[in-house]
Amino acid sequence: MLQVENVKLLDRYTNRKAANGTLYLTATHLIYVDASAEVRKEIWILHHHIATVEKLPLTTAGYPLLIHCKNFHVAHFVIGQERDCHEVYTSLLKLSQPVKSEELYAFSYNPKMSKENREIGWKLIDLKVDYQRMGIPNDYWEITDVNKDYEVCNTYPPEIVVPRAANKAVVIGSSRFRSRGRIPVLSYLYKENNAAICRCSQPLSGFSARCLEDEQMLQAIREANPGSPFMYVVDTRPKLNAMANRAAGKGYENEDNYDNIRFKFIGIENIHVMRNSLQKLLEVCEMKSPSMSDFLTGLENSGWLRHIKAVMDAGVFLAKAVKDEKASVLVHCSDGWDRTAQVCSLASLLLDPFYRTFKGFMVLIEKEWIAMGHKFSHRCGHLDGDPKEVSPVFTQFIECVWQLMQQFPCAFEFNERFLLEIHDHVYSCQFGNFLGTCHKEREDLKIFEKTHSLWPFLLQKKQELRNPLYRGFTAYKELQPNTLPFSFQFWCGMYNRFDKGMHPKQCVLDHLLSSMSQKMKLEDNASELENKLPFLDGPLPSEACSLSKVGRAASKTPMLNTPQDYEGEPPPVLSNGSSARETDVTPGVDQKHKENLSRDQDLHNLSDTTNVLDSVAKDGKPWHH
Amino acid sequence: MEFAELIKTPRADNVVLHRPFYLAVEGTLCLTGHHLIFSSRRQDNAEELWLLHSNIDSIEKRFVGSLGTIIIKCKDLRIIQLDIPGMEECLNIASSIEALSTLDSVTLMYPFFYRPMFEIVEDGWRSFLPDQEFELLSSVTDEWRLSCINKEFSVCPSYPPVVIVPKSIDDEALRKVAMFRHGSRFPVLSYYHKKNGMVMMRSSQPLTGTNGRRCKEDEKLINATLRPGKRGYIIDTRSLSVAQQARAKGGGFEQEVHYPQWRRIHKCIERFNILQESLIKLVEACNDQSHNMDRWLSKLEASNWLTHIKEILTAACLAAQCIDREGASVLVHGTEGTDSTLQVTSLAQIILDPRCRTIRGFESLVVREWLQAGHPFQQRCAQSAYSNGKQKWEAPVFLLFLDCVWQILRQFPCSFEFNEQFLIMLFEHAYASQFGTFLGNNENERSKLKLPQKTMSLWSWVNRSEELRKFQNPLFEANSLVIWPSVAPQSLQLWEGVFLRWNRPSKFLDEAHEEMINIIKYNKELQAKVNALRRQLAEMETDDKM
Repeated sequence: MLQVENVKLLDRYTNRKAANGTLYLTATHLIYVDASAEVRKEIWILHHHIATVEKLPLTTAGYPLLIHCKNFHVAHFVIGQERDCHEVYTSLLKLSQPVKSEELYAFSYNPKMSKENREIGWKLIDLKVDYQRMGIPNDYWEITDVNKDYEVCNTYPPEIVVPRAANKAVVIGSSRFRSRGRIPVLSYLYKENNAAICRCSQPLSGFSARCLEDEQMLQAIREANPGSPFMYVVDTRPKLNAMANRAAGKGYENEDNYDNIRFKFIGIENIHVMRNSLQKLLEVCEMKSPSMSDFLTGLENSGWLRHIKAVMDAGVFLAKAVKDEKASVLVHCSDGWDRTAQVCSLASLLLDPFYRTFKGFMVLIEKEWIAMGHKFSHRCGHLDGDPKEVSPVFTQFIECVWQLMQQFPCAFEFNERFLLEIHDHVYSCQFGNFLGTCHKEREDLKIFEKTHSLWPFLLQKKQELRNPLYRGFTAYKELQPNTLPFSFQFWCGMYNRFDKGMHPKQCVLDHLLSSMSQKMKLEDNASELENKLPFLDGPLPSEACSLSKVGRAASKTPMLNTPQDYEGEPPPVLSNGSSARETDVTPGVDQKHKENLSRDQDLHNLSDTTNVLDSVAKDGKPWHH
Repeated sequence: MEFAELIKTPRADNVVLHRPFYLAVEGTLCLTGHHLIFSSRRQDNAEELWLLHSNIDSIEKRFVGSLGTIIIKCKDLRIIQLDIPGMEECLNIASSIEALSTLDSVTLMYPFFYRPMFEIVEDGWRSFLPDQEFELLSSVTDEWRLSCINKEFSVCPSYPPVVIVPKSIDDEALRKVAMFRHGSRFPVLSYYHKKNGMVMMRSSQPLTGTNGRRCKEDEKLINATLRPGKRGYIIDTRSLSVAQQARAKGGGFEQEVHYPQWRRIHKCIERFNILQESLIKLVEACNDQSHNMDRWLSKLEASNWLTHIKEILTAACLAAQCIDREGASVLVHGTEGTDSTLQVTSLAQIILDPRCRTIRGFESLVVREWLQAGHPFQQRCAQSAYSNGKQKWEAPVFLLFLDCVWQILRQFPCSFEFNEQFLIMLFEHAYASQFGTFLGNNENERSKLKLPQKTMSLWSWVNRSEELRKFQNPLFEANSLVIWPSVAPQSLQLWEGVFLRWNRPSKFLDEAHEEMINIIKYNKELQAKVNALRRQLAEMETDDKM
């Protein structure tokens, strides 16, 4: 363990005096303990969360070290000695980019849990149950183990759902005509009208190649939905990209070769465009006191919301095709593991309220992302590897869900924090679920034997991750979101999540969550009292008196609030420092999970107490005009 | 003039009404002196739309054959379309609406004809009197007095008859100060911060001119608010260069030499036509249904609306910070002291004073800092976002203020007794109303129009429990602290409740709001039940002992 004293932590947004404390590097975390605060404050950063570490030019305060995290936490340390700074720098580079899978946190993470419970945890999500829920197997669809030895496709799971009409020869034949053998398989069956969403990779059609089995496969999918005379084939790439692929012997379906298909492009950009877009967005989020114009122009130029809208539009198209046109849809992009995963999972979420529950959302991620081979390990950069493989594809999906939550506040069983938790753990490597790139690789890594599953851990925290406004499973069926540009908001809670000063100072969610727990207490109280009272027939005393304080205390989340730099220039010296010290408080919710959480729980506290103006007064700067 | 003369076709049948997100409805259109009334004839679902002519911002007509179409754009930003069969009928109706929505004389406005259908519990015209405000002040300090110097509006036409000024300054001195300030708006008390006795004053610019005129009484007046040995801040809502330019026209700013105990800070809050253009652009962007994200963001940016919000909020926060954190007194002014000045002083009070975050306190703030302080509502709110003529005096100054309040409300959702609907209601009534509250440009005009005698006050209507219920924030828990909003761009949002209100269905958001109310209501009932049970049990136990 490395320990460095006298490390300053700068606050990105204010001129507030930097914190001074000690920095520790453990096997798994960077921990910063602020010694200058009256109340002990700690910041924990998981090594796996670190995206980049930069040494900045020497300043008068010392040697700056800038750390960017994958969960959008930015920490700016200043270390006194160059030697220390360099040591921290090189250690972090090594620790944040392990070379071998065995070095990942999940293989050493050891919560106090019995072997049986660990195994039960992995069985919590069973995809077969979800297919049963859709009514599969049925007359048209079957679950086949044709891929049990990964002979058809090594990035698909052993069990896949294909049309009954597609025999083994068709499956094998089709697999030879699809990029990486990713044949069309069922993603979601809309029971009401038998329209299905299927997914695959691009066909190896080049300029003119055909494959009879592949054509039969699509026919089988279309015929599994007898209510519709046609099916859609949706290529989620921009047309130009798809055409370029033909030169490499890949490409897209020729409408003339397939019976009764309607082919359509939906232009979602590729992983490289998305990576650059996020980079630009983060630069905007990190600007120091930007003007409104700077921010909005930057937001526009990043293209981020344009991409989010494109993904959402595609999801809406799929859901409408299935529900309104009663047509099945086959979706692909290039390999069918990025854009295809985004679009299919979003469409399912729009069509089926089950996926908007805790359990359903877990199933959705296991099914469309994990099982179908979204390359989490590469896209999230879990291991030292090709930086060009990294891309925020899953982040975009999570954001689309958040955008839906904004439009439909009562339609989801979970709240924003659930999304953030999942997003954190996709990068944290603390649980086995997101390790590797596909099912086969996870088997080879023995994650089911050696690591824990995230889902039971999240279910334990259900109380704080739930949406108090949720109106239940039956309140809304299909969602039809508005996708006009103004319906999309910048997600401050994600990209500026650790800049607490920017967030609302009072949190409606906290307020409602405490109302919910208060409600339970009151209900218990009421029934307890009712049991004590022998006769309850008589009228209750009408006036409500203030005897009880039950739940009151629990309901208050103290407000942390200080002025910022409103003057836009170094603030003037105080004539009298009215340093109103507010005590340091963190909502209890976050306190509990220090052990598990990579994110620093105490950033709340950083937006601390001392007045901006106070600190400058201490620095003794002159009046500034 | 008789309204009947303006109404050539009082009624048209088979008119089709189009509104966004509703199916088109067929029905009958009637014009009265003050309303456009549309009623659908469907038996099962009779619908009526009543639109005040004064709410109509602009009207366009189109013809396809003999079918005429009128597009009506309202000051509350709604757009409706009426298909009227018959070219003559359509032309008649259009010209009537045009004439009726642009009446010259205030006394022809609806508030002078409106007869309330509700029981008046409290006369809103008497709800917020300066004497009451002064009484509150006198209970904490005796350094101020109520001056009746402006009784006949003879000193300052845009000030109310009574104002609060430092006790040590007599009316004679005030008269001299009035000569030294633009429009005679001499510094008066806007807010007293009980916590530390610091004050906020407001005025118009001093008339220093190019040769640096000074006025000893003016200096004495504002110095009277300083504690010994302490400095104060003058927040000039104009940029330094604008303030300097003002000198050429006889205006100016307080020079350091003559006001050595004051530090001047310039903030840049835009005025009149720039704000009006900003509103027009913003609303145009919101109504643009093209599906392109880049275009939306660039139009939103180009409107500069959120830039104005950020600037106004920042200036208000700075004023509040000077008072609360630095323990300094503050004087706020721009040029006339009737627009940006009031935005700053009223928002600073919302930040500082918990009372202003209650419904009644907020009403009182609007009365004090906007109506009595002489914000020219009639000029500013004559037209809204669809005005296409050349505007001179129109500006969404009050709407910007309400938007800023909404931004703070969004950041402190539990600290306000009122909800978003309350702010939207005030926006609507400032532009078109059956009540007389927002008529006229100042108290002087209002008293000449005899509004309290001839019209109903908005407050008489709002402050009845039936109405208040709609405006209450279920999350409210009194918060006695100063609330410091964030002014980072990430923290400021487009006020969807106003600007997207007619552009998207609000069903799901309304349901969420309802759900929230239910959760809190249920808890309250549960709490009452538990309390009652406890009491019952306690009573039984005492009975047992006896």
